[in-house]
Amino acid sequence: MSLSVDAGSRTRTVPPGPRRHARPPGGRRFWSWLDLRATPYLFVSPYFILFAIFGVFPLIFTAWVSLHDWQLAGDKTFIGMENYTELLADDKFWNSVLNTVGIFVIATVPQLLLALLLANALNKKLRGRLVLRLSVLAPLITSVVAVAVVFTQLYGRDYGLVNWVLGAFGVDPIHWQNEKWSSWIAIATMIDWRWTGYNAIIYLAAMQTIPKDLYEAAAIDGASPRRQFWGITVPLLKPTIIFTVIVSTIGGFTLFAEPVMFGAGLMTGGTTGQFQTVAMFIVKEGFRDFQYGYAAAAAWILFLLIMITALINFAIVRGIGRSR
Amino acid sequence: MTTITHRAPRAPRPTGAGTSRLDPFRATVLTKASLGLAIFLSIFPIYWMIVIATRTNEDAHSMPPPLLPAGNLGENIRAVFEAENAHFMTGIINSIIIACTVTIGIVIISTLAGFAFASLTFRGRNLLLLSVVLTMMVPLQQMGIVPLYQMMVTLGWTNTLKAVILPFLVNGFGVFLMTQYTRQAVPRELVEAARVDGASTLRIWWNVAVPAVRPGMAVLAIQTFMLIWNEFLWPLIVLTPDNPTVQVALRALNDRYSTNYVLIFAGTTVSIIPLLLVFVFFGRQIIGGLMEGAVKE
Repeated sequence: MSLSVDAGSRTRTVPPGPRRHARPPGGRRFWSWLDLRATPYLFVSPYFILFAIFGVFPLIFTAWVSLHDWQLAGDKTFIGMENYTELLADDKFWNSVLNTVGIFVIATVPQLLLALLLANALNKKLRGRLVLRLSVLAPLITSVVAVAVVFTQLYGRDYGLVNWVLGAFGVDPIHWQNEKWSSWIAIATMIDWRWTGYNAIIYLAAMQTIPKDLYEAAAIDGASPRRQFWGITVPLLKPTIIFTVIVSTIGGFTLFAEPVMFGAGLMTGGTTGQFQTVAMFIVKEGFRDFQYGYAAAAAWILFLLIMITALINFAIVRGIGRSR
Repeated sequence: MTTITHRAPRAPRPTGAGTSRLDPFRATVLTKASLGLAIFLSIFPIYWMIVIATRTNEDAHSMPPPLLPAGNLGENIRAVFEAENAHFMTGIINSIIIACTVTIGIVIISTLAGFAFASLTFRGRNLLLLSVVLTMMVPLQQMGIVPLYQMMVTLGWTNTLKAVILPFLVNGFGVFLMTQYTRQAVPRELVEAARVDGASTLRIWWNVAVPAVRPGMAVLAIQTFMLIWNEFLWPLIVLTPDNPTVQVALRALNDRYSTNYVLIFAGTTVSIIPLLLVFVFFGRQIIGGLMEGAVKE
């Protein structure tokens, strides 16, 4: 990789040299001064202009909308914090928060643990490493919608493979959509199936930066592979683990496609909202019931929840960086 | 001959009585077995999806479910494209247009900004870069979805592809990745030397930076394409059902033909073909890019 990089840049830079020198420098001074000063801003401006229009503006406008009783037709009345107080007293909203956090926890904890173990296994001396790594990553090529479709069939009550396997152990067919616990598990497995391999590859990359002689020394001291894993690998992987926790947090709090597809494409998340997430709540209020103001308030509370979680994670990351 | 020379250095280790136990990187039977299980679990749902796509509905509803492919794939795929109200073909074309445009856009925007952040000095650079990193943590599109939709209504852009494309171009991760990559791939002396030679910033970017960061651009392009191909929420909201992306079309298929398993599975199979191709052709780069990115973080 680096070889081709060097070759490319060297051959490209030489030609302009002599020709440029031959030109008289006179009026060019102003332009080169301007170039030096202004071009950097010009280069970063496409990102920041788009960011301002499609990132910052909607966010601020969401706050504005959330202070109104805002209907589809454009009828709007300023109602102050009323949407927020109503929301905080809305059982359905809290139910969606509970579902989001619950699914996040039962999906993320086993996922990251499994990813760690998987990365450790992939870090051993094995043949066909590229093939092994690619097969672990294979779920990434499927879309969330495709995953949800396939898993919803796997969890089907009458013809599902999961119930068939469980039936072989004498378990009665489970209607996975019906209960909170079963729907949470089903949705969590969809997330885990898709992301465990990805996280394992991230961990593997970090593991390979750990000096091998650490392990050799530990092995000579008689530490078992298990003790080496918990005593050397996991502590040194902490920053990477926190990075994956942050990424999973954002993904988990905005969970949408899996539960929607699991519930036959509806935003209600089951008959009594047993797997309605906050993102589904927002879309239902905003785009099905056309309560823009209410949906915007929910979006802001979700945003605050994510920010708090992200800030906590960020503080942990910095704390670890300092103690080293 | 070659096999002997190949094995020679390896041979002593496994046979040497004490050392093999001590080797911390030795793969035990348990390691291999659990890896085998993990790979089976990773691959099986994809395999099973393709199997069902090649079957008939009677097969799909039988117990135990079928585990081997049959010959109905072509017929099922044709049914997907002919399915009423799903607009699958439109979905595929739209998704290709959206994913390609966004990928090209993000790569250009990120390479430009990454070069500025990594190789140029200007006032406010660190602050701007920090703001990029911080906003990576905020899922802006989902938070601002209500006003973003209203914006598109006001502009009259609903149900147009640009309404999908433009918000997706905001990608802090891409800028961050290219900043990191440029830092490592483009030595500052090279930029200074080119400047002394009288090259303009734009020229330096095009002739010095871009050739050097091409591998990074490739990684970013692959990741962006995969991400955008799979986007669901925003296209679902801003496009109408008769002008969907492939993911939205899949949902329509799932809603309308919920008992027609083979049709739905044929649809999902078709929908992963582009990413399957990306994966087969660029698998090495995907792994490399992911692993490099992870270490830098």
